[in-house]
Amino acid sequence: MPIKREDDFEKRSTHLKNLSDKELKEKFWDLTEEIVDPLIDLAKTHTSASIERSVLLRMGFNSVDAKAIVNEVVKANLLGKGAGHVVYKLAQKEDRPIKEVGLDIGNEKYNKKQLQALFDGGEK
Amino acid sequence: MELKPDQKINIKEILKDIENYRPRRKGWTWRNKKENQKIGPFEYKEMAEGLKNSVPLPAARSFDNIDPQPGPVITTEIASGRFEDDIRRMRMAAWHGADHIMVIRTAGQSHFDGLIEGTPEGVGGIPITRKQIRATRKALDYIEDEVGRPINFHSYVSGVAGAEIAVLFAEEGVNGAHQDPQYNILYRNVNMYRSFVDAAVAKKIMSSTGMLQIDGAHNANATARQAWKVMPELFVQHAINSLFSVKSGMPKDKISLSTVPPVAAPAPDLRMNLPYAIALRDLFDEYKFRAQQNTKYMQSSIREATVTHTLNLLLSELTSADIQSTITPDEGRNVPWHYFNVQAVDTAKQAFAGMDGLKDLIEIKKDEGYLKEASRELKERAVLFMEEILETGGYFKAVSEGFFVDSGKYPERNGDGIVRKLDGGVAANSIVPRDDDYMAPVCDHFGYNNLPEDIDKPCDLIGGCTLHSPEKIDFIDELDPDDNVEKRLEKTKEFREDNQLKPEVEWLGDGWVNITMFLPESEDVAEVAAVEIAKKMNLKNPEVIHKEVMQPAEGTLCEVKGKVDFSIDIDKLEIPEKEESLPFDELRGYVDDNPVNVVAATVGKDEHSVGMREIIDIKHGGIEKYGIDVTYLGTSVPISKVVDAAIETNADAILISTIISHNDVHRTNMKKLSDLCVEKGIRDDVILIAGGTQVNNDIALKAGMDAGFGRGTHGDDVATFMVKTLRGDYDGKE
Repeated sequence: MPIKREDDFEKRSTHLKNLSDKELKEKFWDLTEEIVDPLIDLAKTHTSASIERSVLLRMGFNSVDAKAIVNEVVKANLLGKGAGHVVYKLAQKEDRPIKEVGLDIGNEKYNKKQLQALFDGGEK
Repeated sequence: MELKPDQKINIKEILKDIENYRPRRKGWTWRNKKENQKIGPFEYKEMAEGLKNSVPLPAARSFDNIDPQPGPVITTEIASGRFEDDIRRMRMAAWHGADHIMVIRTAGQSHFDGLIEGTPEGVGGIPITRKQIRATRKALDYIEDEVGRPINFHSYVSGVAGAEIAVLFAEEGVNGAHQDPQYNILYRNVNMYRSFVDAAVAKKIMSSTGMLQIDGAHNANATARQAWKVMPELFVQHAINSLFSVKSGMPKDKISLSTVPPVAAPAPDLRMNLPYAIALRDLFDEYKFRAQQNTKYMQSSIREATVTHTLNLLLSELTSADIQSTITPDEGRNVPWHYFNVQAVDTAKQAFAGMDGLKDLIEIKKDEGYLKEASRELKERAVLFMEEILETGGYFKAVSEGFFVDSGKYPERNGDGIVRKLDGGVAANSIVPRDDDYMAPVCDHFGYNNLPEDIDKPCDLIGGCTLHSPEKIDFIDELDPDDNVEKRLEKTKEFREDNQLKPEVEWLGDGWVNITMFLPESEDVAEVAAVEIAKKMNLKNPEVIHKEVMQPAEGTLCEVKGKVDFSIDIDKLEIPEKEESLPFDELRGYVDDNPVNVVAATVGKDEHSVGMREIIDIKHGGIEKYGIDVTYLGTSVPISKVVDAAIETNADAILISTIISHNDVHRTNMKKLSDLCVEKGIRDDVILIAGGTQVNNDIALKAGMDAGFGRGTHGDDVATFMVKTLRGDYDGKE
């Protein structure tokens, strides 16, 4: 349950009273940065199905195919490698066009093991 | 395709070859402001460049039809559920001065896991799809050429498919978008980790094409029980999204804060909203501002909403607005109707023109007294808010403890904030750490990306991505054979192609009309009676959409909407032919060779002289300009005196002005003039012309005149009629 509290602004703000307007503004943005930095770090180091579908869209797949491919990549537990990476690796390995191998992945022509084998050490 | 002002936009033409359309530009466009601009008889301080084609404000009639365009970009929100109808509304709004068209999404799209394709019908908004966006952007290309100013197209990058929607928008040339992960979390209950992870990728993609971002903080106003108390929190929400955007790669000049004056009259609007607006602009001076209008307290009164919005516009003028949003004043009574989009845009245009240069005239006392203290206090409260977020353990923890949208004025807390669980919400537990060898072979991808070192740009690996090689975009036309634009066009074909006409407010042929009635009864009786009356008028589905007590016993004003279930065949209408005025030289030439003299007066007990003077005075471009000799008798002249004067001067014509229409006195005056001329035996020798705001040619002819002229008449219209009559152009004609 969220807390209830009377307005204690006067007491709580005593440490801000001596700050100039400029200093208060700097404090405002310093605190913002302290709040935002962990959020940015989280975003830098993580991905999601939507992000990976956005990669596939940029690679020239339509939304229906992108969804099917990402579903297969998730099934193979390879989202952390990047769905575009999976398609790229397979195209490299088989020396076939990106589009063609991507559609094959979406159409379940490769099983989990075959996809995992594209990466050294397999599933991570 | 080029639009012609007198022809409707052809939706089928827009849809033709849509699979090959490419946006002709990407990114946001501001207006071209011109200081000290001369427009018509006036000099303006802060208006923007004018339009090639537009509809000026009604009063512009008295000022050479000038249409000054304010400096801020002006937004209108359009989404009826059918984009083919929205496109027509966009054109109307653009002609009135909107250059930022914001499209609301259909209910539920933010929880749709992926992109929607095709052109299905929406509810409370439009399903955002590639085809819908592409067709709309293409239509806006034609519309912007027609009005002569770039139009920004805008929608929402949010929900659980935010990253994909950002790509879609970047590919299709959408110019602006709402993006704020806090909005997803608080109002759409999307998992908080997922929202922020997706948001950074989306923001980076948006930045790649120069899209402008608007945040979502203003929603706290609309949600909190006492909106004005969330002011400190609004700073915090704006700051988190702004800095998160910068750190995702977005330039500050493409980040716009969505700010709403939190309170509305009858509260002391300016006294409460101004310190807030000033503090916000102080803290965020490197960012842009999109001033949204207050909707929180909006009821069904169009008048009340318009006054609230005008006060909001005053606040924008006193502080700043890079983008001035408009809210349709009917939002409190129905899904916005298209003519209210136009009226809202006109409200902004009118208010800004009227307030042009205000800051040169008055000074805001922001460095002393109340304003200084009140705005400083709000900033301090915001700083305290952030200190407590950090003490609690950071943003996510704070959300899980209900810090946000609490109705207390922070640090007061009422315990009614929105609580979201760390591992809860839509798409919980759906983010995955990027492995050391994570790789995405595409451009403008935010975050860790283990790319090979020997490449110029990431998409070289795959021979180009859609952002650099748009021909790679794989277009899906339709997925649903029944729910699509072609089927809908087929259903409304009679209105598009067969000249059938029905009133409408949202969709072509929807049949809705609005009627206003005053009933001398109490509110409860009036409401029921109004529906009965509408039924007797054969309106279907009648519904009272607004009522206002004039006095509890004496009566109630009611507005009722209902549908008509018939249409009119345009081909069967008898449209009176419009008389073309003769050129100056021809009129002047005739009068030089054949002197014309007339007697003119405002008749009856009527002191209105302006209309008649406009028709006769040389300085107003009246009939004297053509050499016509006018004997002006003044106002409140008895009919008999007019006829006597005509006989005395051997006049070719009698011009009467009759403005007052109480008890049909205007008809009576015309009839009296005709009868008296017959009685005196001069009727065949004199042209009888009547004018007035309630007069038209039809009424005048029935009352025995030779012609009648209503609103908007000029001297050349009257001169043309007289000359054509005198030289016999009408002889043998009815």
